This record gives sequence, C-alpha cells and structure tokens, in this order.
Amino acid sequence: MTIDMKVKKIKNGTVIDHITAGQALNVLKILGITKEYPKTTVTVAMNVPSGKLGFKDIVKVEGRELEAEELDKISLIAPDATINIIRDYEVVEKKTVSLPEILEGVLECDNPNCITHFEAAKSQFIVEEKNPIKLRCVYCERSMDEEGVVKQF
Amino acid sequence: MDFRGRDIISIRDLTREEISFILDRAEEMEKSPPGNVLRGKILACLFYEPSTRTRLSFEAAMKRLGGEVIGFTEAGVSSVAKGESLIDTVRTVEGYSDVIVIRHPREGAARLCAGIADIPVINAGDGSNQHPTQTLLDLYTIRREKNRLDVDVAILGDLKYGRTVHSLAYALGMFNARITLISPRGLEMPREVLSDIKKAGAEIQEVTSLEETLKGIDVLYVTRIQRERFPDMEEYEKVKGAYRLTADMLRDVREGMIILHPLPRVDEISPEVDSTKHARYFHQVKYGVPVRMALLKLILEG
Repeated sequence: MTIDMKVKKIKNGTVIDHITAGQALNVLKILGITKEYPKTTVTVAMNVPSGKLGFKDIVKVEGRELEAEELDKISLIAPDATINIIRDYEVVEKKTVSLPEILEGVLECDNPNCITHFEAAKSQFIVEEKNPIKLRCVYCERSMDEEGVVKQF
Repeated sequence: MDFRGRDIISIRDLTREEISFILDRAEEMEKSPPGNVLRGKILACLFYEPSTRTRLSFEAAMKRLGGEVIGFTEAGVSSVAKGESLIDTVRTVEGYSDVIVIRHPREGAARLCAGIADIPVINAGDGSNQHPTQTLLDLYTIRREKNRLDVDVAILGDLKYGRTVHSLAYALGMFNARITLISPRGLEMPREVLSDIKKAGAEIQEVTSLEETLKGIDVLYVTRIQRERFPDMEEYEKVKGAYRLTADMLRDVREGMIILHPLPRVDEISPEVDSTKHARYFHQVKYGVPVRMALLKLILEG
C-alpha cells in the first residue's frame, strides 16, 4: 500500500489502523501518549485514503502492545479501528475494537450533580449510538457525546 | 401485566401499554377503592428534599389501602446529618419496610437505590431528572378530564430545569400529542431532551407568545421557575415573573381547555384563574392519590 511507502514499518509495537479520519490525535490522548510519554516513536498518519472508510487515520506506537482496556477506550471514538500487534516487523496478532452495550467504570458522568460523584457507585453508561458515540448515564439519564468523552482523557 | 416487585424510576422504563394499564387501575381505585388490601405492609418515605404533595399523597395512598408509613421528611433529622451514605441508609431502611419512596437532590439517586435494595423503589424526584409518579398523575388528569391523551398541549415555564415537563413531554409524545413549548429566554428545553421527545413520537414546536398559543390548545400545563435549581441567583432574578396567566387571557380559549400545574405555584397563575372553569390544578393534586394507590397495589400485590 502507499502508506507503507510514506510511513516506516515498526519493529515492535502496535499499529492502530482504520481510525475514523480526524480522530488520530484523540486516540493518542486516550492512550495517554503525550510529551511526557516514555521515549518511543509514535507515527501518525491522517486522512489516508481507505477503501472501507473513504479516509482513515493510522497510529503506530513503537515498543508498546496495547491492553484490552485501552482498546475499549479507542472504540469510543474510532469504532472501526483494527489493532495489529507487531513483533520483529511481523504482525503476530490482529484485533478489532468493540464497544460493549453497557460501558462500566471507564468514564465519569459529566453531569456534576450525578449521584455517581457522591456515592460509592461505579459509573455505567448505555451505548445508544456508536458512530458518532452517544452514551446515556444509567443513573442520571444525561447523555454524553464525543466531546464529553474526549474531554476526560 | 405483572408489576410485582418492580421499581418505578423513570418514565422511560414504561411502555405506552404499561402506562395505560396503570392509568386504568388508577381509575378503578378512584371509582371503587378496594379497602385494606395492603394491611401489614410498610412504606418507607425517604425525603431528602422538601415536598408537600408528593409525600402526603403517597402517605394517603398507602393508608387508604390499609398500609403503614415510616420515614423522614428532611435529611437533617436522620443519620444523614451524621454523614451516613445514601447506600447505607437504603440498606438499613429496606430491613424495615416493603417498598421505598425516595426524593433526593442528586440526579440518579433513585436508580442507585433500586440497584441496592431488594425491595421495590419508587422515584419521587431525583434532582432535575425524573419524577415518574408526577408524570403518571399528569397523564391521568388529562385523560380523566379530556378522555384522551392525543391532545393539543402547551407547556409553559421553566423547561430547562423542570423535571416534570421533560418526563411529561416524553410521555405525551408516546401518545402522539401535539406539543407547543413556551419558555422565557434561557429556560428553553435542552436540545437533547427535545430530540428524545421527538423520537418518542411527539409533534413539537417552540414559540415565544403565550397569547397566540392559548386559542388552539386543549391543555395548558404551567410550571414554576424553580429557584432552587438555579446555579446562579442573578440568572434567576432575570427570569422570575417572566410570565403570568391571568383570567383576561382566557377569553378566546377553547370551551373545554384545561389548565394544569404541578404546584407549588409562585405567581405564574394569578389567583383569579382558580375560579374559572378551566382551572384543574387542584383536581390534579387530588388525582395523585388514586394514581399512587394503583402503583403501590400493583407493586406490592399485583
């Protein structure tokens, strides 16, 4: 593919492909990859032509294999993302992200008066729409959109 | 339809058929009360916020069916004042009672309690979120007075913070009502609530003039601007008294138009309206009892 000519292959790490176009930087945010992140090479490609999505973003993270919980978080803003785990330049595992119907504990409700902020209760959201994301707090019934989700990371 | 052991937390949890079923049972309760069918049962009222009508009508409903009532009417007189969590309070109270009715200033409190208690929980208002028994009695009043729910209804007042209007509009949407919303600037119904109500099936429009709307409706539902929900008192001062319904304004309305209000009112309905044939808000208050009787019986006895 053209992309391989533009962006170097990585030796070990994770390639997150098929990210909804425009969401690559939010994916980095969700993964906690910032200036202070331990030294590793991160490659971002945005608006790459894609047969399936029209356009897509790609993120390559050298030296890090993503955990299942991180994949759940990525699914919040990039429901079609695919994850390739790379060892010694080879793809050793392919995963897709999947958004559960009920999201538990991952996010906080953005309603400051929601009971979950005052009692020992785990947050719970019903996933009403997946792309773009729309969540509804099981407790206070307030809905939260992509902006509210990204704000938390 | 079996409601035994069921929590009543949000109007969203009920289908159109279930709502109609509850309203039918309420009508039976009003016409021929069944006597002491809840003898030996105990209702616990946990009121963390002030209430007159909701609490008293729940108590009256339970007593009319032969049951007993325990509870507190303000958090200050219970162990809450000592810092007890809501979760611990509910775990304690469920050991003493058969059903819990809770009002709490935080949104989601009733749903949380329902998840903890093994006995059924009824939401009597959780912050600015839901107040399902108010919605049921509002629907009951409209059906009782107009014989149908697919009415032309205008909802006037604080549509931003008013929990009763959100649930009422949503429920009326389920019954294909045509809804007109009128509110002072800044107190419009939140966009997301509006889109939910449209999804529920309502034909809905927003206007600013009450006078124009009055002529073409069957039901006018008036609400108070809720001082206690304003984060900023300056904002409250700007909008308080923004509208006031007077008897003069009722000259050209439909013959059978009815005016409802969840009460308490401040100055949004002038007292001279009370004696017009359109005023039904005190009937509405009374209907709270058969509706809550029906719910308590359905939940505790089937």
